[in-house]
Amino acid sequence: MKQNFVSLFYLTRRNVKLYFLDRMTFFVSLITPLILLVLFATFLKRTYEDTILATIAPMTMDRKLLDAFTGGWLFSSVLSTSCVTVSFCSGTMTLDKINHVDVDFRVSPAKPIVIQIGYVLANYLATLCVCLVLLLIGLVYLAVVGFYLSAIDVLMVVANVLLTSLFATLIANVLWTFSKSQGVVSGVCTLLSALYGFLCGAYMPIDSMGEAFHVFTGFLPGTYSTVLFRKAFLEGTLSEMSVILPGEAVSGIAGGFDVNYDFFGRDVSIAMLFLVGILSVIVGFGLLVLATFLKKKCLSD
Amino acid sequence: MDNIIEIRELRKSFGDVKAVDGISFSVRKGELFAFLGVNGAGKSTTISILVGTLKKDSGECYVEGRPIEEIDKLLPDIGIVFQSSVLDSRISARDNLLYRAMLYGMSRKEFEEGLSQFAKRLQLSDFLKRPVGKLSGGQRRKVDIVRALLHHPKILILDEPTTGLDPMTRKMVWEFVEELREREGLTVILTTHYMEEASQADHVVIIDHGKIVASGTPLELKKEYAGDYLRIYRCEESLQGYLKEEGIPFRKDNGTLTILFEETKAAKKFLVENEKRIEDFEIVKGTMDDVFLAVTGKELERR
Repeated sequence: MKQNFVSLFYLTRRNVKLYFLDRMTFFVSLITPLILLVLFATFLKRTYEDTILATIAPMTMDRKLLDAFTGGWLFSSVLSTSCVTVSFCSGTMTLDKINHVDVDFRVSPAKPIVIQIGYVLANYLATLCVCLVLLLIGLVYLAVVGFYLSAIDVLMVVANVLLTSLFATLIANVLWTFSKSQGVVSGVCTLLSALYGFLCGAYMPIDSMGEAFHVFTGFLPGTYSTVLFRKAFLEGTLSEMSVILPGEAVSGIAGGFDVNYDFFGRDVSIAMLFLVGILSVIVGFGLLVLATFLKKKCLSD
Repeated sequence: MDNIIEIRELRKSFGDVKAVDGISFSVRKGELFAFLGVNGAGKSTTISILVGTLKKDSGECYVEGRPIEEIDKLLPDIGIVFQSSVLDSRISARDNLLYRAMLYGMSRKEFEEGLSQFAKRLQLSDFLKRPVGKLSGGQRRKVDIVRALLHHPKILILDEPTTGLDPMTRKMVWEFVEELREREGLTVILTTHYMEEASQADHVVIIDHGKIVASGTPLELKKEYAGDYLRIYRCEESLQGYLKEEGIPFRKDNGTLTILFEETKAAKKFLVENEKRIEDFEIVKGTMDDVFLAVTGKELERR
């Protein structure tokens, strides 16, 4: 048992080192958050502000609250997409297969599941490093424009980063277990980077995309993770808004920007959101064990 | 000596291609065993089955008396040097070795001590901190060999280990392997294209189209398949006419006549019969190249 942990530690260390040495992989994994920041700076921020102001018209709102809300919305989007896209784009497993390095591990006494978890952990740590830096940038930005998060909110964000990144890392490594081409990895990364932002409502709120899309996204774990980020980042700002705005206007903003989310008409609570996250991780781990078993069988044949 | 590896009727096919077609052989503890064959003959498939990266279709395969199905228990005793380096080119040679050694249950102290011994013996110290991708072919090969040996295996598998190495490094590598065989009783399984390496082996198996076509010590194989060459450096002009008359095939290069005899006795008889015509000569045993050509009808790659 002790040997398995030692092997896991050194495999993880090696994989993390390789990820950070490969500047291209590191850059590719940052594409989605960079796209979001550019979109936000160019037009999204103004679009959100206009939507909020239209919702509360003829009333108006303090600039600080408006900036805090759009900033919170931006960083909840950045984190919800980054946890997934960085996980998918920062894996080293396929590169090891291309370079035949994986064979060197397979002829060692390290167990296949230990080698596999080594990739997952490294992938997870790399994702956490990037996402926690993004979170820090987000918190600094909010501190400058308007900070309404409580300590609990920040802890919720961190917990959600931990859960979402772990789930995405597990699923990414299940896929990479069967991939032997870097082209497939790049393709999935590009596709995911382009699509995931829409799927989880990072670019545009799910609420604005119609009923069918709302139902479809209700079956994706990523949606719940995004809503959890929205709640943690925005509920403080919303409660501050409720001091100056009528309840209906605040509910309208909350619903319109996915802070409140319902599954077939039933409101999803914070506890439910966390539960979905935890269950997703359990399912992801089960899939990883199954993939490891199937891979060993395929390789042997 | 006991057998450390036993293979019986081993078979492996990829679709219609029979990569390994019912081969049987054994390797004795401490011996240098050479596997000869052209590319695609089935050497690497057999090695892959031996180290558990490929599953056999049928047959029996035992390492240290254990069936290959228990490969997990056998891997700590096996070290392998792959044909091409499988180390991480971006990280240092030292880190590469550390990350691999730790998979074998070594402590950091054991690793440092082992590495310092290998570094001294193979002159690695100057480049251990450099990324593997920046090393020369010879330096990289030395690191590959240390990677295979750091955990003190009982069996070392060398898959074409000296391809592309300069003569000095090749000599150093072979001296080191010999030293380990003597000191630690290491069993070495070698696949090679190079005859001079194969001729140093205790036992040679020649494989072609997945089947064993010849097996024995280099001397046995030469006796069986290579014959003797009579090289005549000075002789009377009439000898060539005699050879033509008698229909004895010969070759003339730079004034030297070379005649191939199936056995030494026939060469001796020829010399006695033509004693007066021949002034300067030598009898040379056939080489492993001749053995390989005679057995497979193919020539191996040359350096």
